[in-house]
Amino acid sequence: MKKDLKLYDFLPWDHRPKLRWPNGAKLAFWVAPNIEYYEIDPPSNPLRTPWAKPIPDIVPYSERDHGNRVGHWRMMEVMDKYKVRGSISLSVALLDHHPEIIEACKDRGWEFFSHGIYNTRYSYTMTEEQELKIIDDSIENVRKHTGQTIAGYLAPALTHTEKTMDLLAHRNILYTCDLFIDDQPFPVNVRNGKFISIPYSLEMNDIIVYNSYMMPPRHYAKMLKANFDRLLLDGDDSGTVMCIPLHAYAVAQGHRLAAFDQALEYITSHKDVWVTTGKEIAEYFYSNYYDEYIAAIDKFNKNYKR
Amino acid sequence: MSRPPIEQKENKGETLNEEYFIYPHRSYGMDHKRYKWSLLKDRKHINWPSEKKIALWINVALEFFPLDMPAKPFKALGGTVTSYPDLRHYTLRDYGNRVGFFRVSKAIESAGFRNVTVAFNSEVAQRYPYLVDYVNERNWEIIGHGINMSHLSYTGLDYQKEVENIKLAIESLEKISNKKLKGWWSPSRSESWETPDIIAKHGIEYFCDWINDDMPYEFSTSNGNLIAMPHQHWISDAMCYLHYKHKEQDFIDQAIDQFNFLLRETKSYGGRIMAITIHPWASGQPHRIKALETVLNYFAESNEVWNANGYEIMQHWKKQQ
Repeated sequence: MKKDLKLYDFLPWDHRPKLRWPNGAKLAFWVAPNIEYYEIDPPSNPLRTPWAKPIPDIVPYSERDHGNRVGHWRMMEVMDKYKVRGSISLSVALLDHHPEIIEACKDRGWEFFSHGIYNTRYSYTMTEEQELKIIDDSIENVRKHTGQTIAGYLAPALTHTEKTMDLLAHRNILYTCDLFIDDQPFPVNVRNGKFISIPYSLEMNDIIVYNSYMMPPRHYAKMLKANFDRLLLDGDDSGTVMCIPLHAYAVAQGHRLAAFDQALEYITSHKDVWVTTGKEIAEYFYSNYYDEYIAAIDKFNKNYKR
Repeated sequence: MSRPPIEQKENKGETLNEEYFIYPHRSYGMDHKRYKWSLLKDRKHINWPSEKKIALWINVALEFFPLDMPAKPFKALGGTVTSYPDLRHYTLRDYGNRVGFFRVSKAIESAGFRNVTVAFNSEVAQRYPYLVDYVNERNWEIIGHGINMSHLSYTGLDYQKEVENIKLAIESLEKISNKKLKGWWSPSRSESWETPDIIAKHGIEYFCDWINDDMPYEFSTSNGNLIAMPHQHWISDAMCYLHYKHKEQDFIDQAIDQFNFLLRETKSYGGRIMAITIHPWASGQPHRIKALETVLNYFAESNEVWNANGYEIMQHWKKQQ
């Protein structure tokens, strides 16, 4: 085990280039619904047990299935209402299991990126070859079913290996959602080529808010608004990114959906906000700021020797 | 942090011997010799400069949570959770050093406070010397906070190893900051029986680990006395948000209630210390920073506040003993 994978450099917030999003926007806003499939009886991974209770662990299993059967459509309707396209963190096997959901997202011009094959198949202990196989399976099947080339990756169940970032860059994936280091896109150090991290916010993730912080829904709405307010304010210094990572099984329950609706209404009513997708943020950053950030990092490192 | 959860253990027929009913320390005062038993209400009244009633001690923690944190004896609050490599929690904590700290600093300065104590894991100083310079430029106090959040002091750790860890943390931070350290806060407040002796031997004058008092007190070591300072534990942002899972408004309410309570107490008991402990990885998140600003602005509106760093507060207290 290493204490540090040296995946990124240090560029303190007060040394950032002045980033501006298209049309001078100060904040790029994207919504990333995780559309996931959890297997009822997955093979075991030595480093993680998929279900807490003996299988079939029906309460959490059916809770998640509710997201696909019920929640997804509700969540999608709210996003339609505010003209927000989703950037889908997709369990790639869902292409086979639930094509109706895929079609509906495709019709809306939503982005698909990979979240592994199933959210019950963890990256721990995978060889490079095995992890590449997951990435290649994702690229091939998303292309086959949607015509899209995946640009992003969120490791299945946020399980990683030391080489995950190198392998993603090696397959020309543009961005990772796995690093919670920043409020801006940031270059990731990989073996070969360019790679960046896009802020995906664990703290605003509905599962973290509801199941880790145990917050009630009305408070989630407040947190989302507070997060937005500050990121927009600080975007004046240098443009920021706000992401709402979602799971239909959590956010689209009848007692919770209003919180998300109110947050979207609030956010989309502001000026200086670019409502966009993960891929568009990544492409814009590569085209306009990647080199400037690399130069700023180099300059900081050079001027800042001890 | 707290007592272990009460366990349901099976009684396998064990019995207790006579020793269990012998009470060797059953006498007036404490069951150890580190400090004297003393009721807060009976202490000498303290006067802060300019006749202010509350000494405001703002503490900021700059911490590094390595990917390879050992599970034993326990992990510091905020430590890694998932199997290796837990990039999720590793990056969420490092966010504090990259982004959150700048929000926190701005909040402190906007409220008009100029005196801050910053506890550095020495590894944060090594990785990001810019942060040390940033703190030095403002003339904020720097105190030791161990090597990183996985180098804990605890009984069971080899004594020589603990000495080496503490020595390394102090010496490397002193070298990078070009400052002599006076204060110390053990990562996760974890100590072995010997920790106070070791830090005292390496020039530390006050420490922040014990949470048994609301005012400073003398703490004896094999290398002279340390001053134990009332560093805030229960309403630190990390405890509030991560341990208790409280909301932002709860952080505000508790900090303000503590302040007003202490202020009322000063009428009968002399000057008090309002300590606030801030972790940029917690309070520096965009959705939480306003809570910290609200609290600091509330303190700033009071006419009863003397803002000072830990060493200054300690010295003023010591002069009046």
